[in-house]
Amino acid sequence: MTTTFEAVAEIISETSDIPLEEITPEKNAFTDLGIDSLDFLDIAFAIDKHFGIKIPLEQWTEELNENNALVDEYFVLSKLCERIDEVIAAKDA
Amino acid sequence: MLLEYFQMIDNIEQLDPDRGTILARADVPMESPVFEGHFPGSPLVPGVLLIETMAQASGFMLLSRLKFEKMPFLANVTGAKMRTFVEPGAVLMVNAELEHDGSGFAKTRAEISSDGKKICDSRIMFRIMPFPNETLKSNMLDRFSQISRLAAE
Repeated sequence: MTTTFEAVAEIISETSDIPLEEITPEKNAFTDLGIDSLDFLDIAFAIDKHFGIKIPLEQWTEELNENNALVDEYFVLSKLCERIDEVIAAKDA
Repeated sequence: MLLEYFQMIDNIEQLDPDRGTILARADVPMESPVFEGHFPGSPLVPGVLLIETMAQASGFMLLSRLKFEKMPFLANVTGAKMRTFVEPGAVLMVNAELEHDGSGFAKTRAEISSDGKKICDSRIMFRIMPFPNETLKSNMLDRFSQISRLAAE
């Protein structure tokens, strides 16, 4: 069964044209992989579709605007996948 | 349509904000300064303005769905296909439907037809953001009211 990280890595690779082997759990989507906010909309769309969820991007953006130090908490891929798993769990609850 | 003012939609014929669908009408004028350059001696509606037309129809549907509390801004156009030429005087029917209602963004599928023939189609992504000022919000409400009222008459 595909893990959340494997699915997200494939989505990022396809939408942002980044080789799959460069996408590792400790990478930050923005600062390490060079993804920008427009690219991330495509990624968010694909994640929503793949998992049947609605990741709370507006809420995350508001929280980041208040405290930019949180950027790793949301966009390091291992953390991002944890948050996606939380959204999936909340949907299935 | 007032091409030079980017006023693309003339009538909203059908709108269902909950389902995320809209059918709008756009009447291509016989004359426009745009046709002086595109193209001299052979006037055609520029493809980018057809994309804008699909975006505006999608945008009015999203505005209605958002109850004018936020504004959709064009972010991404995917797979736009211009299938045939559009000449002055054409009557365009613009269909758009919500493909995905994300958090802070939305994606639609839109197409334009004329005389039952598909003219163009695309998928369009919007960022959903607060209105930058009350003037824009007021103007969008006025324009929406105008083209909705015309449809009801």
